[in-house]
Amino acid sequence: MIQFIQSIGQRVLDSVAGIGYALAMLLGAIIGKPQPRKSWPLFIKQMYVVGVLSMLIVIVSGLFIGMVLGLQGYTILVDYGAEQSLGPMVALSLLRELGPVVTGLLFAGRAGSALTAEIGLMKATEQLSSLEMMAVDPLRRVIAPRFWAGLISMPLLALMFSAVGIYGGYLVGSGWLGVDEGAFWSVMQSAVDWQEDLLNGIIKSIVFAFVVTWIALYKGYRSVPTSAGISAATTSTVVTASLAILGLDFILTAIMFGG
Amino acid sequence: MTNLVELKNLTFSHGTHPVYDGLSLAVPKGKMVAVMGPSGIGKTTLLRLVGGQLKPESGSIKVAGQEVSELKRNDLYELRKRMSMLFQSGALFTDMSVYENVAFPLREHTDLPEQIIRSVVLMKLEAVGLRGARHLMPSELSGGMARRAALARAIALDPDLILYDEPFAGQDPISMAVIVKLIKSLNESLGLTSIVVSHDVKEVLSIADYAYVIADKKVVGQGTPDELRHNDTAIIQQFLNGAPDGPVAFHYSDDDFTTDLLRGEG
Amino acid sequence: MESRKTQLWVGVFVVVGILALAFIALRAASGNMTTSGDSYTLYAKFDNIGSLKVRSPVKVGGVVIGRVTDISLSGDYYEPKVAMSISKDYDQLSETSTLSVLTSGLLGEQYLGLQPGFIDESVDTLEDGDTITDTKSALVLENLIGQFLFSQGND
Repeated sequence: MIQFIQSIGQRVLDSVAGIGYALAMLLGAIIGKPQPRKSWPLFIKQMYVVGVLSMLIVIVSGLFIGMVLGLQGYTILVDYGAEQSLGPMVALSLLRELGPVVTGLLFAGRAGSALTAEIGLMKATEQLSSLEMMAVDPLRRVIAPRFWAGLISMPLLALMFSAVGIYGGYLVGSGWLGVDEGAFWSVMQSAVDWQEDLLNGIIKSIVFAFVVTWIALYKGYRSVPTSAGISAATTSTVVTASLAILGLDFILTAIMFGG
Repeated sequence: MTNLVELKNLTFSHGTHPVYDGLSLAVPKGKMVAVMGPSGIGKTTLLRLVGGQLKPESGSIKVAGQEVSELKRNDLYELRKRMSMLFQSGALFTDMSVYENVAFPLREHTDLPEQIIRSVVLMKLEAVGLRGARHLMPSELSGGMARRAALARAIALDPDLILYDEPFAGQDPISMAVIVKLIKSLNESLGLTSIVVSHDVKEVLSIADYAYVIADKKVVGQGTPDELRHNDTAIIQQFLNGAPDGPVAFHYSDDDFTTDLLRGEG
Repeated sequence: MESRKTQLWVGVFVVVGILALAFIALRAASGNMTTSGDSYTLYAKFDNIGSLKVRSPVKVGGVVIGRVTDISLSGDYYEPKVAMSISKDYDQLSETSTLSVLTSGLLGEQYLGLQPGFIDESVDTLEDGDTITDTKSALVLENLIGQFLFSQGND
């Protein structure tokens, strides 16, 4: 029994130490004299890896989810003669919830796991050590551009997801199921508020971007530099980041829309 | 003769596992010093200690007169610009071509115009015989070529000190001979100070000016290659001649085998 | 030119992201009057506001001119008091305007319908902070049914 409590205590201590380490890593990466001439090309390259390469999966998923929302929403709303509310239903569920959350999950799976694996591999092949020995700070050189790229590209991806999703809902609702086109857009416009819905959705996606990128970088940086260690770290990134997104989503939703 | 690197009474542990206990050695300026010993005695750890990536528990590590473990971050980085480390795996940046890898330290630490960087890079690549391979990516290189490319990168900034981590391990005889020759000629022509950590006795002794043999957490023998070859200490003879058993035990230390068998559990 | 292609793609990526934002902001969300543009505040007291809520629209002949910003009880008799934010575009409303709580459709949400009054020399326009006195309360279904039954019983 005492051993059990001890092991719990040990785990708590470990995770607190882990959070401390992760914070130190992040601060080490983003605090310091900016060197735009050197960092900008690195940042652009990471925007490509993290953002552009995730674009296709996010847009395709957004289109399908919007179309499914259109279909499902219509079949329910038509029972109450309220199919005119399809527009706001699709737009609100995408902007408030599905856009940030699903993009966050996709981002964790697509870009987060890649970041962890890449940094883990750089660690395993001594590239990080080698940078350090060349008097180049790996936090500034490797972690920082990836962090900024993740933080900036994910909200953009979430916006693309929502926009494409709304369009997908429109295609199904208006083009296929015959909801009046004018009503679809105008009812949506009067129901969606840019501050309450759009801005809150963007804030959510920025929070998720921060958390996912941070977790992915930390897991890579702390990974055991072996092939088993890297694969474990990659899995752990996806699991931890997904749970963090869903948990934070509840808290943010309660704060933004609950009161 | 001044010493560029000096280790005195160094103690270091990995967690609870002691690696060094009272280790002392000195590397004179302009010389090539070999550090030899069986696998798993933390030879790479030694290089990391010299490079300031690890901190000793006690004892002193002086590089160019400065106590490495007490340096502030910026001073440590300044010091590291004067040293290079050749990693066992080469540690080339996988997302850059060979050319960009060699140009990397120049771009990071100097403001030289592109034309001069190009000249320097081509010169260093020529020195290791890889000028023709400059557009290849590290994944397209063989192990020996990768190590030579890494060597070109290590000498890009003309450092005072180069740390070689097992430069000969895992090479075929030909590329091993190439690397031995390269290290030797670079050292002579550039006047570098080198520390070579290795267990390839024959190759190391053929190029080193002075050698240390480390076993059991401390230096057990030292001298010029000739002195070592004529050293009668059992452990040094075992190591130099590669005898399977001797003072360095074949068995990982444990209780007596018979008692262990009779005990009947884990 | 690997890096040139990369730059181009990142440029495309950012532009698509901004276009998505523009699409959502222009097509899906309304440029809301309570949150954007100049507005002024009017107050009104009702006997009963029904299920009027904060953010319910204020309409003139079906056109939205503002939104309810606050609902509270005021005075010694605890009268419901509603604060509205009205767009500055409509700053010539007469003092004699009337305000009623209306319902859009049978099941729809409640909103405030404003009936503009006449303007002449003796009547001023409504200014920021003014209170509309002439109001009609929400129709409460139970009261209506009660009145209906009562009038039936009188026959």
